[in-house]
Amino acid sequence: MTVSEREVADDVWTDVHRSADFAQLRRRLRGFVFPMTGLFLGWYLLYVLLADYAHGFMSTKLVGNINVGLVLGLLQFVSTFVITGLYVRFANRNLDPIADRLRAEVEGESR
Amino acid sequence: MIMAQELEGSNPALNIGIFTAFVVVTLFVVLRASRNTKTASDYYAAGRAFSGPQNGIAISGDYLSAASFLGIAGAIAVYGYDGFLYSIGFLVAWLVALLLVAELLRNTGKFTMGDVLAFRMRQRPVRAAAATSTMAVSFFYLLAQMAGAGILVSLLLGISSDVGQSVVISVVGVVMIIYVLVGGMKGTTWVQIIKAGLLISGAALMTVWVLGKYGLNFSALLQGAVDKAGPGGESLLSPGAQYGTDALTQLDFLSLAIALVLGTAGLPHVLMRFYTVPTAKEARRSVVWAIALIGLFYLFTLVLGYGAGAIVGSDVIANAPGEENSAAPLLAQALGGPLLLGFIAAVAFATILAVVAGLTITASASFAHDIYANVIKKGKVDSKEAEVRVARITAIVIGAVAIVGGILAKNQNVAFLVALAFAVAASANLPTILYSLFWKRFNTSGALWSIYGGLTITIVLIVFSPAVSGGSEAMLPNADFDWFPLSNPGLVSIPASFFLGWLGTILSSEHNEQKYAEMEVRSLTGAGAEKAAAH
Repeated sequence: MTVSEREVADDVWTDVHRSADFAQLRRRLRGFVFPMTGLFLGWYLLYVLLADYAHGFMSTKLVGNINVGLVLGLLQFVSTFVITGLYVRFANRNLDPIADRLRAEVEGESR
Repeated sequence: MIMAQELEGSNPALNIGIFTAFVVVTLFVVLRASRNTKTASDYYAAGRAFSGPQNGIAISGDYLSAASFLGIAGAIAVYGYDGFLYSIGFLVAWLVALLLVAELLRNTGKFTMGDVLAFRMRQRPVRAAAATSTMAVSFFYLLAQMAGAGILVSLLLGISSDVGQSVVISVVGVVMIIYVLVGGMKGTTWVQIIKAGLLISGAALMTVWVLGKYGLNFSALLQGAVDKAGPGGESLLSPGAQYGTDALTQLDFLSLAIALVLGTAGLPHVLMRFYTVPTAKEARRSVVWAIALIGLFYLFTLVLGYGAGAIVGSDVIANAPGEENSAAPLLAQALGGPLLLGFIAAVAFATILAVVAGLTITASASFAHDIYANVIKKGKVDSKEAEVRVARITAIVIGAVAIVGGILAKNQNVAFLVALAFAVAASANLPTILYSLFWKRFNTSGALWSIYGGLTITIVLIVFSPAVSGGSEAMLPNADFDWFPLSNPGLVSIPASFFLGWLGTILSSEHNEQKYAEMEVRSLTGAGAEKAAAH
């Protein structure tokens, strides 16, 4: 059986919300995801603007028929994969342990 | 207008045979999976029993619609680089889902987007708004898919009569309704998984085949596409062929690119998939799998698009029935003859079937759970069985609407509907989800302003855009009321709804500190979230 909403008293949520552990969890999550979102959206927007307005630059050939546009496009794939990997590593190491502890605290007190 | 004329060399009987085999196999799997579908959690969320990797494959099955497969490969074959731009937006968008939405949503909600948006708000108005927007997005997307089914029918099955096409669209609709009614979320998920497996392996096979023909040298393949296109073929390698003609089309492209990257994490049928896994950690793994598979698939389409350009030729594709959409089928035929064509045709059909099933279950869940159970019955439903019964009836109604809509839209140019679905998702849904998860001050008034505001602005701008009237490519080529110059409204509608969400919030003093604390603790820790059902 799972812990349903009614089994957890209101003040448990407030207590956990005020705890130092929770503040740390929130700070870590936001400290990672907000800058990272800004970074990848900025990088994507830069790419879109180049593809949209800098045709000459994007058409510059590098090797054979591979031009700057193709390389930058493929780098969008690479950055997406890399950011995914970084986030998973960060979450596993720095978020999950605190989240697990707090969850056990909330669900434990409700029994 | 799409010419109702089949591809040369296509063997309709073979195509239908392979597709029928797919339907039989999936129906068998759906029937088996349905034996455990009893509770609301089973029906809406597959008992939360799927693993991250399984759900990730199903997400890619839900996401890689016929538009991605046939549309992007075709756009690359005909316009070259500009087609590639779509796939980048569709992929990068998943980082928004991974970093900001997936896990927090899984922890906070149960079945629908409305669960999360209404958590710390006044239930009835916010749920009604969330359901309205969910159904709007699902309906636009559904109509686009069903219209696509009509085009595919004439293209691949050689059925050119009006009645014949309508019959096939109806069959697709009825099979889809059966999947949803019988299998619920579990059956639908298995359909997505099977379809994703077929689609990705089919694309992988063709990719290796194409590259093999060019000595595994991508640069040589590009040269092949350029040579085949004749004079001016170099332009295939550079951006601008489709969108670079003037300042307005460039701005339109920018607008599209923004809606693509912000729309994915607001698509209700994608959001609902996160509820089918037991924990936030599995939701995270789902997105990782989805990103890997979707990224890989778009790399395949890059090769397939240029491969179709090099082997079939962009002129042949542009003049074939179905135009761009015929690039991948024509390439399959050139490589592997009627058998590979039949396989690819069946996969394309399976794609439409699976995506439509995913949309239908999402829209029906939102109606039953948000509107029926919480708005009409005020959260006091007699039993969860009654709610699921309403969901099933809704699924039949939505399926019927999809069939009729698909028949009516089959000869219309409704390509703008997918752009509209993404624009609504990015404008009405995403700002509301983000504010709701991250902004303490956000309240009922803000949620209503951003949902209804975003929805209204997006639809109004589309109706008065060149996509609907005023040009030969428009849905109503003979009418002329296109005062808004862009076909993609995202550039205006997304900032506008973020602004409206903020404005609506500060104009109301409502704030539920207690519920905010509970929501934040739940969303970040997963405490109190429903676990997998034990069967």
